[in-house]
Amino acid sequence: MASLFLELWQAYLWPLILIILKIVAIVVPLLVAVAYLTYAERKVIAAMQMRKGPNVVGPFGLLQPIADGFKLFLKETILPTASNKVVYLIAPMLTFFLALVAWAVIPFDEGIVLADINVGVLYLFAISSLGVYGIIMAGWASNSKYAFLGGLRSAAQMVSYEVSIGFVLISILLTVGSLNLSDVVMAQKKMWFILPHLPLFFIFLISGLAETNRSPFDLPEAEAELVAGYNVEYSAMPFALFFLGEYANMILMSAMTSILFLGGWLPPFNLAMLAWIPGPIWFALKIAFVLFIFLWVRATFPRYRYDQLMRLGWKVFLPFSLAWLVITAGVLQFTGLVPK
Amino acid sequence: MIIQGLVFYLFAALAIAGGVLVISAKNPVHSVLWLIVVFFNAAGLFLLQGAEFLAMVLVVVYVGAVAVLFLFVVMMLDINFVQLRQGFLHYLPSGALVGIVLLVELAVVLVGWAVSGEAPKSLAAPAPELAKMTNTEALGHILYTQYLYLFQASGVVLLIAMIGSILLTLRHRPGTRHQNISRQVDRHPKDTLEIRKVPSGGGI
Repeated sequence: MASLFLELWQAYLWPLILIILKIVAIVVPLLVAVAYLTYAERKVIAAMQMRKGPNVVGPFGLLQPIADGFKLFLKETILPTASNKVVYLIAPMLTFFLALVAWAVIPFDEGIVLADINVGVLYLFAISSLGVYGIIMAGWASNSKYAFLGGLRSAAQMVSYEVSIGFVLISILLTVGSLNLSDVVMAQKKMWFILPHLPLFFIFLISGLAETNRSPFDLPEAEAELVAGYNVEYSAMPFALFFLGEYANMILMSAMTSILFLGGWLPPFNLAMLAWIPGPIWFALKIAFVLFIFLWVRATFPRYRYDQLMRLGWKVFLPFSLAWLVITAGVLQFTGLVPK
Repeated sequence: MIIQGLVFYLFAALAIAGGVLVISAKNPVHSVLWLIVVFFNAAGLFLLQGAEFLAMVLVVVYVGAVAVLFLFVVMMLDINFVQLRQGFLHYLPSGALVGIVLLVELAVVLVGWAVSGEAPKSLAAPAPELAKMTNTEALGHILYTQYLYLFQASGVVLLIAMIGSILLTLRHRPGTRHQNISRQVDRHPKDTLEIRKVPSGGGI
C-alpha cells in the first residue's frame, strides 16, 4: 500500500505539483505586468500629451492599477435581460484564459520554459487565432447592435491579419529550420533576425497591432461610432477580464516579436560583458521596448478607416510577405544556408 | 499509461457529446460553438497519438478560420427557430440515409484493412523513422517527395474553387466611389498644409 502510494506520488502527483508551481511562477508576474502596463500606458500617453497622468493614488500614482482593480471587483455584474447568459459569461473568461495559456511555450532563458514542444510556433499561432472567439461571442451574446458590429469587425480584421502573420512565421521558420521556439532563439546567436528580415519585422509589428485590436486598428471598440464595441454591455469583473486579456495579449505579441526578431533572451552583440546580465532580464527589456512602441503608436496615429485596414492587410501585407517568403527560400537555397 | 487511457476516454466522450449537441442544439449559433468543442477534442486525440503537427493545424485551420466563418454566416442569418424545427421529421429519412451510407463506407474500409493482409503493405511507409525526426519533418518529406504531384494537384483544385467563388460573388457596382491610394499619396503637403514651429509647453 505504502509503495503504491509512493509510486503514484513519484509518477504523477509530484510532477503535477511542480507544473502547478511553474504555472504560478509564470502567471503571477504576468498579471503584475498587465496591471503595470495599464499604468505605463497612461503615464506614457500623458507624457506625450504634456499631461501628468495618474499621480494621486500612492507615490507617483503607483497604486493606481490596484485601485482600479478593486473598483472593478466591487462593482455590480450586470447581465442584460435579452442576452444569451452562458455565452455572455464564457466570452470574457475565454479571452482571459487564451491570453494566459499561450505563455506555456514561451522560453524565458535556455531551458526555462513550461512546455518545450516541437510545434511551439504553431501552438502560438493557433492560440492567437482563437482570440477572435472571445470578442465575437461577446458581441453576439450581448444582443446589442453596437456590440455585434464590433464583434463582426473584429472577426474580419483578425482573420485577415492572421494570414500575413502566418507568412511572416513561415519565412522565419525557413531560416531556422525548426518550429521550436528555443531553436528559433538559438538560431539568432550570430545575428538577430531583425537584420535580414527587417521588412517582416515591421509587418509583424503592424499585424500584431491589428491582431490585438490596438490603435490605430482599434475599430472593434471605436468609441466614437460603436460607443465601445463588443464590450459595451459588460461591467465589473467580466469587463475587467476583457481588459486583462487584451493587455496580456499585447505582452504576448511583444514577447513573440522579441523571440522571432530580437533574439529572445540573448544579449545584443554576443559580448561577454553583456552576457553577464541574465537572459530573462534581456527578454523583459526587449518586451518592454516593443510594448513602448505599442503605446507610442497609440499616442501618435489616428484610427484607420475600415476599408483602408482591409486594403493594407490583403493588398499590401499579404502579397509582400508572400513574395518575401519566396525570396527567402530562394536566397537560402542558392547560398547553401538552408538549415540542415 | 492509465492516465493516457483516461485522457483518451475524456476527449473521445467530450467529442461525441459535442457532436450530439451540434445537431440537437436549438440555436444554430450554439451548434457552431459545440462544433468548435468537437474540433478541440479531436485535436486533443491527435495530440495523444503523437501527431502534434496535425493537432495544431486542425486548431489553426478549422477552429481559427473555418468555424469563425461558420459563426459569421450563422449569426447573420435571420432564422425562425420554430419554423426550423418543423421540417425535422420530413428531412430525417434522407439525413439518416446519408449517415448510414457514410458509416457503411467507413466500415468497409476498416474491415477490408483488418481482413486482407495486403492493404497495409501498399501503404508508403513513413520515409524517415519517427524516432529520428519530428512528425512535422516526416510529413513534409512524404508530402513533398512521394506525393508531390498529388499535393500540387490538390492545390490547383483549391485555387479553382477560390476563383469560382470570387467570380460568383464579384459584383461591379457602378456609382460607388473608391479612394485611389496612389493619387492620395501623390498630393503634396505644400498645397494643403501649413507648418508652424510650436514651442514646447507653449502651444500656438
